[in-house]
Amino acid sequence: MIKATVYITLKEQVSDPEGEAVKKALESLNFNGVRRARMGKVITLILEEENLEKAARDADSMCARILANPVIENYRVEIESVEGEAS
Amino acid sequence: MKFGIIVFPGSNCDRDCYHAARGVLGHPAEYIWHGEKTVEGCDCIILPGGFSYGDYLRAGAIARFSPVMGAVMDFAEKGGLILGICNGFQILLEAGLLPGAMLRNKNTHFVCKYVYIRTENNGTRFTGGCGRAQVLRVPIAHSGGRYYIDESGHARLRDSGRIVFRYCSENGGIGASENPNGSLDNIAGIINERGNVLGMMPHPERSVERVLGSEDGRFIFESLAKSQGG
Repeated sequence: MIKATVYITLKEQVSDPEGEAVKKALESLNFNGVRRARMGKVITLILEEENLEKAARDADSMCARILANPVIENYRVEIESVEGEAS
Repeated sequence: MKFGIIVFPGSNCDRDCYHAARGVLGHPAEYIWHGEKTVEGCDCIILPGGFSYGDYLRAGAIARFSPVMGAVMDFAEKGGLILGICNGFQILLEAGLLPGAMLRNKNTHFVCKYVYIRTENNGTRFTGGCGRAQVLRVPIAHSGGRYYIDESGHARLRDSGRIVFRYCSENGGIGASENPNGSLDNIAGIINERGNVLGMMPHPERSVERVLGSEDGRFIFESLAKSQGG
C-alpha cells in the first residue's frame, strides 16, 4: 500500500482570516514572535497501489479534480510506501 | 414558468424556494432529488441554499459531482436558466459554471441579517423587472460568502456587465462598511457570459412576503417568469 499525504494551502495572494485569528490568539498568549499564521488542510489517503509513480499520478489527479480548488488553493503531495493494512 | 428545485443532502432552503415559487408567486415547481439524472420539463433550475454534504472539503465541492449535476450542466449548455442561491452559488463556482471561488467571511463569523444590494445590471433575464441601479433589501446567511476572483477575471466580469449585484447602503452607496463578508468589490451576485446562469449569496426566496420583512426577492422570480413569457 501507499500513503499519499495531500497538503492544501491557500494561495499567497488570498487572505486568510482564520490564520489571522490564530495569530492573534497566539499573541494573546504572549507568543510574540509569530509573523504570520496560515491555515490549511491535510488529507491522508491510503492507496491500494504498489507503484509509487502511479500513486503520485493518481493523487495528483484527485487534487486537480476535487481535493483542491485551483482558483484559491495550492497543493503538494507526499508519497510513501506503508506496510500492511493501514487503518 | 416551471421551477425545478434541486435537493442535495444538506440543502435547507429548498422548501423556502418551493414556497416562494409556487405558494407565493403561483408558478409550477417541483423538487428534484440530487440522485436524479434529468431535469427535463423545467424552465428554471434553482440550486438552493444550505450545507450540501455538510460543506465538507469546501462548500459545494462534493455536491457539484452529484448525479443530477451532469443534467444541470447539460441544461446550462443548452441555455436553460439556472439560479444558484447561497450554497447554490458556491456549487456553481465549484462546478465551473461561474468563475471565481468563495472564501471564509473576512470576520470569520456566520453572518445572518438583512442587507441591501444594488442591481448593477438590470438587462439580464434575472433582473429585467428591476429598475436601473435598484436597491433590493434581502437577507444573507452564510459563513463562506467572500467572493474572490483574480484581477483579470474581475476586470472581465466588470467590463462585460456580469457583476449583477453588489452590497450597498440603503440608498445605494457602495463602500467597505456595506460589505458584510469581505467580498471582492462588494460582489454579491454574478452571471455567466451567456446570461443564463446567475449565482447570488443573498436569499431572494426568503424575501417575497411582507410578513418576512421584505418583498424585494419577488423582483428576481418575476423577472425570470417575465423573461420566459409568463
